[in-house]
Amino acid sequence: MSRQNSILYLDGVSVSFDGFKAINNLSLVMQAGEMRAIIGPNGAGKTTMMDIITGKTRPDEGEVYFDGDIDLTRHDESEIAQLGIGRKFQKPTVFESHTVRDNIVMALAGPRSATAALFHRESAEENARIGSILDQIRLADRAGEFAANLSHGQKQWLEIGMLLAQEPKLLLVDEPVAGMTDAETEETARLLREIAGTRSVVVVEHDMHFVRQLGVKVTCLHEGSVLAEGSLDHVSADERVIEVYLGR
Amino acid sequence: MRFLAGGFDRLATTIIVVLCIVAVMVPVLHLMLPPSSPFHVQTYLVALIGKYLTYALLALALDLIWGYCGILSLGHGAFFALGGYAMGMYLMRQIGSRGVYGDPVLPDFMVFLNWKELPWFWYGLDQFWFAALMILAVPGLLAFVFGWFAFRSRVTGVYLSIISQALTYALMLAFFRNNMGFGGNNGLTDFKDVLGYDIQAAATRSALFAASALALALGVLLTTAIVRSKFGKLLVATRDAESRMRFLGYRPENMKLVAFTFSAMMAGVAGALYVPQVGIINPGEFAPANSIEVVVWTAVGGRGTILGPIVGALLVNGGKSWFTGALPEYWLFALGGLFVAVTLFLPRGIVGTAQHGWAALKARRTAARAAASSQARPADPTSPAAPATAGLAAAE
Repeated sequence: MSRQNSILYLDGVSVSFDGFKAINNLSLVMQAGEMRAIIGPNGAGKTTMMDIITGKTRPDEGEVYFDGDIDLTRHDESEIAQLGIGRKFQKPTVFESHTVRDNIVMALAGPRSATAALFHRESAEENARIGSILDQIRLADRAGEFAANLSHGQKQWLEIGMLLAQEPKLLLVDEPVAGMTDAETEETARLLREIAGTRSVVVVEHDMHFVRQLGVKVTCLHEGSVLAEGSLDHVSADERVIEVYLGR
Repeated sequence: MRFLAGGFDRLATTIIVVLCIVAVMVPVLHLMLPPSSPFHVQTYLVALIGKYLTYALLALALDLIWGYCGILSLGHGAFFALGGYAMGMYLMRQIGSRGVYGDPVLPDFMVFLNWKELPWFWYGLDQFWFAALMILAVPGLLAFVFGWFAFRSRVTGVYLSIISQALTYALMLAFFRNNMGFGGNNGLTDFKDVLGYDIQAAATRSALFAASALALALGVLLTTAIVRSKFGKLLVATRDAESRMRFLGYRPENMKLVAFTFSAMMAGVAGALYVPQVGIINPGEFAPANSIEVVVWTAVGGRGTILGPIVGALLVNGGKSWFTGALPEYWLFALGGLFVAVTLFLPRGIVGTAQHGWAALKARRTAARAAASSQARPADPTSPAAPATAGLAAAE
């Protein structure tokens, strides 16, 4: 597949920590507007891959391109975030001593400098945008509460809401339903499908039931490289995948 | 300016009004009433409270970066002392030919060291406007350079505290040296005039007192405006989850740098107001223990609140003045014990605990009122479960 029409393009990426190859010759291409689920056992390199894309870790070798021709290995975390890549962490990380609304306010796309923040005045458009995001993540009635008081599932949604507010082109979502009830999981799947309508999304997940609900193309990672790729039925029928997940 | 208007929330306005009243009333009671009157404020008290007010401003400066941004500076006394030295140099130049050696330009200690001309960094400090500029610029610039390297290299937590401590210690050693040109271990003293007025005169002392109170009021206004702005929210967010800020596209190091530089300038102003009121500045002001004391004031009063550092600075220093009079040998034990006790039993500090308790009380009252009103209408068909849940909330 060509690099030009891709939103995310990884080719021959490797990174090792103290001799341990966390990512080994990984290649992955995503089309703009695509939603992709990444599965794989613990230590398969899923989180390290996210770290490389978001600039937290620099690859030892290989190419990482965003939106066709932006070389991500040349940018740091805040630049990459401003280029339009949003990330949701495995453990929900919201700003707990701020209200739900303020969390969205801080994430809202706009200038990121200290002076802009110092003299910032909320506009009517911003206010409307915040309101619509709060509705979308079902937290409108808790806007004034401290994020620390939210349940685990609500924190996950708030973090997804913060991602939406950033208006990224590409969202990386790490285990969004870990520790959620079934009802919350379903709600989250709905939310992600809604988002995928307008943006590219990468979802890392363990929960096969949830991946099935998403109904998208699946990539299975193992020991730092791609083991299988395709629809969930295709991937889960693959013998090597079965061996990695069940056997050994 | 709309930014400043953000600084007038209810608490800040109250503090500012009180400080303005103090700025007027203390000088009036000092100057207008005869010493025999029971309401007369004695000279030593004007100087003492004036000094405490500059300490309060220093504590407020530290609180902005420690309480709101999580940077525990153990070297904030350095910025205070630098502001003090800039003021002290101006006051030295004001002495003119009235020094012991009668040199029209050189301060006494330079004549004593047999220096022939004024070092370049003493130029311009005979002008008040230039001194005022230096009071802001020198601490601000040092903080900017220090912060630039420290925050960019992602030095945080205890490591940053240690370097800031080393910074003030290094400055202390440097200022102790005679050939640095700042009066060595004697420092700068024997001031005569400030802005042409006799520094010992009751009216001048009163004016310096009023200036300290007003500077603190301005500090409260600016700090509140900063804390309540979006920038202030970003500071707290940086304190709580710095790496998350990066993934939102912010540069936390820049946020810290702005706050740190502003805080250092505030500390410089506090130092500049402190020096004419105590009549001396020497390298002892750079002592690491001084900076640690500022941290104790802030912790006792309540970090992360506007009122806390002010209350802490006034209470601890009031206690110190009483203690060093009554039981001088035990003051340091008392200070250490106080810090341990506050950390263990009152981690939010006095003001923080009070505010937290007040908020909890209000929440309980609201819940109780909701319970009472829903019990008054038991037949409300729309919310059959409301009395039960509200009752639970009230019981909590």
